[in-house]
Amino acid sequence: MDVRLSSEQLALRDSVAQVVDRLGPHTVRDLDDTERAAKFDAAVAAAGWRELRVPVEGRVPLASGVEAAVVAEELGRGLADTPFLGPTLAADLRRLAGAPPAGTAETVAFSRSLLAAAVVDGGVPPGTVAVDARGATCALVLVPVVGGHALAEVALGLVAVGTDLTRPGAAIDPAAVATPLDSPGSRPLADDDLSAWTALGLALDCADLVGTMRGAVGLAVGYASDRRQFDRPIGSFQAVQHLLADAHVVMDGSRSAARHAAWAVDALSPGDALAAAAAAKAYCARAARTVCETTIQVHGGTGNTWECLAHVFLRRALLSTDVLGGEGANLDRVLAHHGIGGGRGLR
Amino acid sequence: MGSAVAVDFADAPDEREFRLRLRAWLDEHNPGLPASSTDDEYWAGQAAWHQSLFDSGFFGVTWPTDIGGQDLASVYDVIVDEELAGAGAPARPSLGYLVEGILEHADDDVQARFLPGIVNGRDRWCQGFSEPDAGSDLAALRTRADRDGDEYVVTGHKVWTSYSDDAEWCLVLARTDHEVARHKGISAFALPMRQPGVEQRPLPMINGITKEFGEVLFDGARVPAANMIGRPGEGWPLAMTIVSHEREPHELGFAGRYAKQVKDLVAGVCADPGRFGAEQVRDLAWAIVESEMLRLHVCRRLSDRLDGIVHGPEGSVDKLLMTWTEQAVGHAALSIGGARATGSDDTLMKVYLYSRAQSVMGGTSQIQRNLVASRILHLPAS
Ligand SMILES: Cc1cc2nc3c(=O)[nH]c(=O)nc-3n(C[C@H](O)[C@H](O)[C@H](O)COP(=O)(O)OP(=O)(O)OC[C@H]3O[C@@H](n4cnc5c(N)ncnc54)[C@H](O)[C@@H]3O)c2cc1C
Repeated sequence: MDVRLSSEQLALRDSVAQVVDRLGPHTVRDLDDTERAAKFDAAVAAAGWRELRVPVEGRVPLASGVEAAVVAEELGRGLADTPFLGPTLAADLRRLAGAPPAGTAETVAFSRSLLAAAVVDGGVPPGTVAVDARGATCALVLVPVVGGHALAEVALGLVAVGTDLTRPGAAIDPAAVATPLDSPGSRPLADDDLSAWTALGLALDCADLVGTMRGAVGLAVGYASDRRQFDRPIGSFQAVQHLLADAHVVMDGSRSAARHAAWAVDALSPGDALAAAAAAKAYCARAARTVCETTIQVHGGTGNTWECLAHVFLRRALLSTDVLGGEGANLDRVLAHHGIGGGRGLR
Repeated sequence: MGSAVAVDFADAPDEREFRLRLRAWLDEHNPGLPASSTDDEYWAGQAAWHQSLFDSGFFGVTWPTDIGGQDLASVYDVIVDEELAGAGAPARPSLGYLVEGILEHADDDVQARFLPGIVNGRDRWCQGFSEPDAGSDLAALRTRADRDGDEYVVTGHKVWTSYSDDAEWCLVLARTDHEVARHKGISAFALPMRQPGVEQRPLPMINGITKEFGEVLFDGARVPAANMIGRPGEGWPLAMTIVSHEREPHELGFAGRYAKQVKDLVAGVCADPGRFGAEQVRDLAWAIVESEMLRLHVCRRLSDRLDGIVHGPEGSVDKLLMTWTEQAVGHAALSIGGARATGSDDTLMKVYLYSRAQSVMGGTSQIQRNLVASRILHLPAS
């Protein structure tokens, strides 16, 4: 056992951090700066980070879940308003199905409150949403076929900012038509494939949540050191210190669980990888909400102001939480892995 | 990946071999003792269990060879913890913090005289730090040690001293210099417990067990000057070394203890699922998630040490994570077995009640938060 990041992984982390720090949003106002956002998007595209799960040969992806998580964590920390989760998950679905990489920007559509990839059986389920859809032209959905599920594409509705100000989604019209992918070499996705894919999605959510928590704790610690009341920095009050200490501690515990989930994606069987990812997701989701709420609290009135980045962190964390399920759904997955409860049809 | 390391939670071949050897050994040598935290019975078999683990090469494996260790990487302790938990065996005796403190501060003579006996389980030790008026504020301690020829004479009152009734030795902190600032006048000794000047009184815990706590009264107890651990006045840094190690789940082997408790709870629920409602099962799920997180966190910390990152304020982070894990397991035990228990089997209630102590022992959660705020987050002094 040695769970340190390799020097390449550390270098990858540093290069993502550099791009994020140079071109990512640093204020709420920056989110409206389309010129910056376009440059940021171009830099991320040029770096090839969205293609980490494209196969190099057979079904072997270019990079493991760990590299993908390293990227996700830094993007989360920097509130990156450029797609990563959507295209990465789309590429992984294509890889697992043996379909060729997408020709255009693509994401995945989710239904059941974002709990799972949308399954189109007859019609698009109501409430189906393509996540992280900025710049995408279509979204992948699943269609039941003999032996599992096949991939199909649906057109996107209007891409509109929702909860997460950095990763807008697009509603899918219930009347939209799912067009099967035209890929001769492909095969249906078996249950194990979908478990492995869900494990990746959860691991990326966890990494994004860890990054978001790091960013939020950093913001709050900085503010607590600068802001003065009663003639002293508010960070000198023990009540504030203890809130921030707790935030740091759950962030660090989340980091350990998230790293394991990222490793498990390619190192463990699909069932074990999914259980590892579900345990990590339950932990990270609960931690992230507490941490982001703490950041708002420590900022006082300022923290309740649109102009303060605190709510942008919270919003991003809430979307990461919903994608593939938050605490409840993932605790059910954990229990099912231990033979308790049915997992309520969760993969 | 091109470089030697890249995140790998799996066993290397040598680690695997060690794990399988231990697993096979446990098939025959699991003493099936109850947990130390819930049953005084444990203590009757504790010394034999420690010695049996040690004699077969499964205890203290990460310590230096000259004190009985095998100089293996810290990950081997994690393997021991996982396998003990997996086999339902009692956890590894937790005394690593004493060993680390003595290794770091004592001279060669003291190390050679005392460490092998601690490590091989032949000598029982307790830790006499806290006093009625010196808990979190340990430097307020008043127990005194006065030089008398080749000896020191110790007078004072220690409290919450764990396992003090079984101990042959007490690592005691006492004031040897009353003129200097209070942190500077404290020295540490290896004091023999079985002598007229020492009185031990059991102090039952809220879960009813009597071995965990004790009061120790020193009334003219004698300790050879040669048993001083470190130099005169080095008691405070030694105590800080010990408590910082006492905060680490890996040093204590507690991740394994929680894994075993969780395993037992899961087995109980699986055996009769109809008896348990959604809320109980949800508490159990959190216990699974937290104890798994702690196991992985320990893996991460120990791996980071391979970079030579030493032991610093992160111990407080780990102590808080360990505490929350133990208390989540405690809540699951309460939920599943808890208050409805009748006298005959109240183990789960005891597990729950014991878990409340984790946020107090080894430095309270509030003290850990103070340390995280100042040493890690560098918030302004309060
Ligand atoms: C199971 C168990 C085993 C133990 N074993 C040993 C042992 O073997 N040897 C030994 O020497 N001791 C042992 N102890 C004692 C333990 O170290 C002390 O109980 C602990 O350090 C707290 O001291 P106290 O009990 O005096 O509480 P106090 O220090 O009086 O604290 C009471 C409350 O006030 C809070 N508080 C105190 N100071 C601050 C502050 N600065 N900021 C914020 N809050 C504060 C605390 O967090 C706590 O909630 C054991 C305790 C337990 C529960």
